[in-house]
Amino acid sequence: MKPLAGYRAHYSGTQPNHLHPTYVSSIKRAPTQPLVHIPYTLTEVTGPSFGPELTSRAACDLTRQHKAEPLGERIVVSGRVLDENSRPLPNTLVEIWQANAAGRYRHEWDQHDAPLDPNFTGCGQAITDSEGRYHFVTIRPGEYPWRNHYNAWRPAHIHFSLFGPSFATRLVTQMFFPGDPLLPYDPIFNCTADEKARNRLISVFDWETTMPMHALGYKFDIILRGRDATPMEDE
Amino acid sequence: MSLCATTSQTVGPFFKIGLLWLSRNRLVEEGVTGERVTVRGRVIDGDGVPVPDAILEVWQANSHGKYAHPEDTQDKPLEGGFQGYGRIPVNAEGAFCFSTIKPGTVPGPDGKEQAPHLAITLFMRGLLRHLWTRMYFPNDSRNAADPILKLVPADRRSTLVATNAPNEPGAVEWNVILQGKNETVFFELGL
Repeated sequence: MKPLAGYRAHYSGTQPNHLHPTYVSSIKRAPTQPLVHIPYTLTEVTGPSFGPELTSRAACDLTRQHKAEPLGERIVVSGRVLDENSRPLPNTLVEIWQANAAGRYRHEWDQHDAPLDPNFTGCGQAITDSEGRYHFVTIRPGEYPWRNHYNAWRPAHIHFSLFGPSFATRLVTQMFFPGDPLLPYDPIFNCTADEKARNRLISVFDWETTMPMHALGYKFDIILRGRDATPMEDE
Repeated sequence: MSLCATTSQTVGPFFKIGLLWLSRNRLVEEGVTGERVTVRGRVIDGDGVPVPDAILEVWQANSHGKYAHPEDTQDKPLEGGFQGYGRIPVNAEGAFCFSTIKPGTVPGPDGKEQAPHLAITLFMRGLLRHLWTRMYFPNDSRNAADPILKLVPADRRSTLVATNAPNEPGAVEWNVILQGKNETVFFELGL
């Protein structure tokens, strides 16, 4: 085997700590012992790949998964998946899930007193194209209350899950909307110390992908970890 | 140009909507070579209470010690019917179970072989970044020389090694303890 190139370390403050006490659920679930640093081996720089046969056209249009159209404001959410070296990442599985327009998830544990929409599941998948692009049509999700603290409300958001080229590039994140007045109060959005990194989770309104007479476009580019420029030599 | 990796956020409590379509607790199909093993365990939080809303992902080599990935250039066979990927949600009691094969050895950072192991990532409400760990196999003499286990303080290594399940041949037990006594070792990638 040739020496392996590892991945670059994260820039300071651009990723959340595990323990973030204002996000109450982290208190009993975040590790208390220091993480053990390990080198990149073949285990970490490989990972599962998923072909286009895994998804369908319907999977990336969340407004056409049922007999009728869901309620709410149609939107287009699209962007590119790149690595930290600005290289597009093709053939990457992008999974999304979200609440409906009223702020209710189709999940047995969601007891929020808001209506379910029989025409909206809130789940989609896409595989990035040769330029790393993905594209979803969906409904703008509603804000909803949660029990983290008094009068807590989550800003509107869409959950994103990505694999990238290896197990080391695995990422789960959330996309937010520009101008959302709830963002300054949300402990999950604010768990990342670096303000610029945090604000990159906010999508950008986009004329180019806005569909005339049909749907506003929002752009959300996602950056996965990039390889070190040179392979690590055996010491 | 150098970009900055997107910041991680929690999967939240409702990830089943988005992630269960790809759940896979049987990693191996008929005809694939290797020793069959069932892995059972629970995810336990800092109050000692089972976590009912966690999801694990598994990545592993096949029985020859070969990953189904272009970066693995070893001259070892790949096998159809075995990708090496699993996605396993816990049940309401915080328990998970999956069936696979014991992987072969793969090269380590110093050119020495690593003991057979599964790479495990763990996602749940409350985790702003997913956790990264490994499971090793019981009674495997190669564990003692494993270059990754050697980086773990000796008194915590046992948290990464499964035990034989009582009265169930071919099954092992491995629990994920998030906090406290016997807290599972979690990794940060990169030295």
